[in-house]
Amino acid sequence: MTKKDITCIVCPIGCKIIVKLDGTKVDLLSGNKCKRGIDYAIHEALDPRRMLTTSVLVKNGEWPLVSVKSSKPVPKESVFSILKEIKKTKVKAPVKTGQKIIKNVAGIGIDILATKSIKKTS
Amino acid sequence: MTRRDMDVAVIGGGPAGLAAAVSAKEHGAKNVVVLDRNSWLGGILPQCIHDGFGVEETGISMTGPEYADLYIEMAEKKGVTVMKETIVLRFDNSRKIIAVNKQGIHIIKTKAIVLAMGCREKTRWNAMISGTRPSGIYTAGVAQGFINLYNTMPGKNIVILGSGDVGLIMARRLKFEGANVLGVVEIFPCASGLPRNVVQCLDDYGIPLYLNHTITIIDGKERLEGVTIAQVGENLIPISGTEKRIECDTLLLSLGLIPENELSKDVGIEIDSVTGGPIINQYLETTLDGVFACGNCLQVYDTVDMLSIDAKKAGKYAAEFTTKRKINKEKVRKPYVQVRGGKGVKYVVPQRVNKEGKVHFTLRAEKPREISTIKVVSEKKTLLRKRLPWVNPANMITMDVTVPAEIVKQGQTLEVSIG
Amino acid sequence: MKNFQAGIIGGGVIGSAVARELSRYQLDVVVFEMGSGVPSGASKANSGVVHSGINSSPGSLKACYCVEGNKMFQSLADELGFDLEWVGKLVIAKNEDEIKELERLKKVGLQNRVPGLEIIDESEVNKREPNVSGVAALCIPTAGIIPPYQFTIALAENAAVNDVKFLLETKVTDLKKKKNHFLIETSKGAFQTEIVVNAAGVHCREIASMVEEPDFQVYPRRGEYLVLDKNYNSLINSMIYPVPVEESGFLGIHITPTIEGNILLGPSAEFIDDLDDRRTTKEMMNTLLEEARDLIPALPDKAVINAYSGIRCKLAHPKSGGWADYRIEESKNTSGLINLLGIESPGLTAAPAIAQEVTKMISQIVELKKKNNFKSRRIRKKRFSEMSTGEQSNLIKKDNRWGRIVCRCEHVTEAEIIESLSNPLGAKTLSSVKYRCRAGMGRCQGGFCTQHIVRIMEEQFNIDVKDIKLKSPSSHLFYGRTREVKDD
Repeated sequence: MTKKDITCIVCPIGCKIIVKLDGTKVDLLSGNKCKRGIDYAIHEALDPRRMLTTSVLVKNGEWPLVSVKSSKPVPKESVFSILKEIKKTKVKAPVKTGQKIIKNVAGIGIDILATKSIKKTS
Repeated sequence: MTRRDMDVAVIGGGPAGLAAAVSAKEHGAKNVVVLDRNSWLGGILPQCIHDGFGVEETGISMTGPEYADLYIEMAEKKGVTVMKETIVLRFDNSRKIIAVNKQGIHIIKTKAIVLAMGCREKTRWNAMISGTRPSGIYTAGVAQGFINLYNTMPGKNIVILGSGDVGLIMARRLKFEGANVLGVVEIFPCASGLPRNVVQCLDDYGIPLYLNHTITIIDGKERLEGVTIAQVGENLIPISGTEKRIECDTLLLSLGLIPENELSKDVGIEIDSVTGGPIINQYLETTLDGVFACGNCLQVYDTVDMLSIDAKKAGKYAAEFTTKRKINKEKVRKPYVQVRGGKGVKYVVPQRVNKEGKVHFTLRAEKPREISTIKVVSEKKTLLRKRLPWVNPANMITMDVTVPAEIVKQGQTLEVSIG
Repeated sequence: MKNFQAGIIGGGVIGSAVARELSRYQLDVVVFEMGSGVPSGASKANSGVVHSGINSSPGSLKACYCVEGNKMFQSLADELGFDLEWVGKLVIAKNEDEIKELERLKKVGLQNRVPGLEIIDESEVNKREPNVSGVAALCIPTAGIIPPYQFTIALAENAAVNDVKFLLETKVTDLKKKKNHFLIETSKGAFQTEIVVNAAGVHCREIASMVEEPDFQVYPRRGEYLVLDKNYNSLINSMIYPVPVEESGFLGIHITPTIEGNILLGPSAEFIDDLDDRRTTKEMMNTLLEEARDLIPALPDKAVINAYSGIRCKLAHPKSGGWADYRIEESKNTSGLINLLGIESPGLTAAPAIAQEVTKMISQIVELKKKNNFKSRRIRKKRFSEMSTGEQSNLIKKDNRWGRIVCRCEHVTEAEIIESLSNPLGAKTLSSVKYRCRAGMGRCQGGFCTQHIVRIMEEQFNIDVKDIKLKSPSSHLFYGRTREVKDD
């Protein structure tokens, strides 16, 4: 049975919520000022996920980098292994917004998509 | 030299300028041009590769470039003329703009102008930090641009001064790119950025947050070698004996933004000394007829969503100024209401109201408070009393107030207070 | 081993003035400069004042060279294309005792043959300087202002165009006197010269001690400055000085307008231990603001956009009052070594006169023949921001790089940035760009232009991103790439 300290991010107050975790069972202890905080705290305790945004090297583009994002929030603990794979990736210009740069990155079933369009250098 | 006539000229092609231009088109302005000094549109957004943009507006959390693309496409679709890598040198009170780009000098006579120049970052000298003046000191936005646009890393061992969102985002960005982020230093007792960013940029990566601290000394002969941090008291003055040196090679300054109003000042537009932006009325019109202001050059906004709402209004009123001319006639030498920030209020925008009706105000509290009441009072009565669970200078407050006709007619003063 | 006839150690205002003077003659001259550009030391970190000579002890070399140099400045500015404005100086008295000091100062000035001196009363002070508070003032019309970095750059570039070899990032590590020549070891190799001019500024003793036992000490005295936003430039019309307090030559914290439209507050005066200690301190910054406010009560709080400091090379001990005259002499123990020691204020003003004196000294060692093809003129090119709309339009037609503004605050174009980076000295740091065309000197302090200047350096001058520097040899800006092309 573990206790987790979670800062709620739903609104700017940032309540400090204490959650009791027993395997996959969550018992809210204290700290939230509203209902939205409960939902967030439970999810964050059981399965913390993060949207990942970073850059990928572009070859022959008007700009050297294209900004990318994960198609869905990724498990918090896989962030660095995903970043490692993204760092090794290179993409050739032209790149279009929404283009799939990496399919199923780090085997977690989430893609890495371009968030910008980069033209080819003339 | 080219000469052209426009209905609405928007100075600045960032999110505010684009939203204003699109809105101006939607409200009947025929010839709308956007002038931007960069070779790209979107202003600062293309380098803000993190997400969180557009949630209130679209329901989707977009990255900066995606949000920018949304408006760039809209502007294209609506037929907004765009002049990139173009700088406005000046404009006069007849709204004649002199601009320059590689094609030459452009004289643009326009019926209305929308100012959307954005802002610049506070520098080291705004904080007067002691020490040497080595390389390796960047404002957070400049570092962000180098990392995200130009594929260039400023350094390896980073300290960040200021816990606003830009500083927090940069802490995570640098961590992602293999830098050693040694800490974020914040002078106030709590972070000024969103809790979401404190969690997802600092806590997630074990980056220390030094609250109630400031940097007292910068050292390094040619490149930065270290910074000394010290705890501060309630008066924000460093407490002697609490100094601690952190060895580092890069310092990012996230000290806040200053609205960019060189053009406004040059032509004599009145500036509010607290907001740093032009004094406006409810039509977002400045003290110069037919010149409207929006975006960060008017006041520093918390989110691009709130900024776009106001920018669209500015575009609408600029268009109406050119088509309906109703607003202009009414404004001439008529009394107006002066809106002032009273106790507990840092500033209120708009600062003037010249027609009765519902007015949308944005304001900031002077200091953090728990349960607070906002009061809007005229010389004789209370127009609004609203309870808020908390207030914080870092979180812009919005409110709609119905301003009655007799208050406008009498040119009374409205005072907004928080207590 | 490279041979030259004269080697000048230090490319500051004195070294560059000597270089320029020598470049009139058929002489092989080399300048060793340890910075990444010139000027890199006190020559860029001063008030930029062309002094009248009123502050120097009558009969001293300081007074003599100052007055002589002052007379040469207008024609030098016309010839070399740097900015100069004779804004004049007012020394402000705040009470009766200080008025007496003004009268004493006037006497000194008359002894030094400073023309046009006049003591004015309170109402006249108010008329000329409505924002300055004082009961009387001494007017000194023959005092002028220049951008100090511009002057050194003009001298050095003209010298370079006239075949003087400037070696940047070249530190002299050893100096030996052989029978008929000097052996100079530097970080960039060994050189041989007949004559050595020690113009190393605050480092002059280090150089001298390489070859002899110096008979002097250097007491470094730091002067800090604050630069105010151009918005406040209407606060003063001429230079505003308080009545000088000590005999040591410390002029007191004064307020100097710059030709570009900023205002300088300073300098402070603090004896320090480390002659490279160029820190700007919060204590001094506050002191500068306080003392300036004594003279200009309306001085605003938040007007500071930059700060800097310079180290004076003082030869006299602080306890002995700190006054010593210039020493401009051929070493008694080492013939051919010309030592220029203790060149502090009014060094900038004295530079042209000192250069002539040094040339005279060299002519007694080596025969100096004038060049036929000496290029005396250096054109001061008009800035985009100074041109009329018509001029701007025509220039853009010829070269469209004049149409792209890179520094928003100062309206500096891509063409001017490229021209700055193409200077004859080969200086390629952000500072060298800044000092030539002002990009980065505005109120945003490089917030917008830095990215574009860096891009121009990389793309048009093939400078590797890892080699881009702020101002000095190890002041690198970047660590490397976010994504290496060869990352695998």
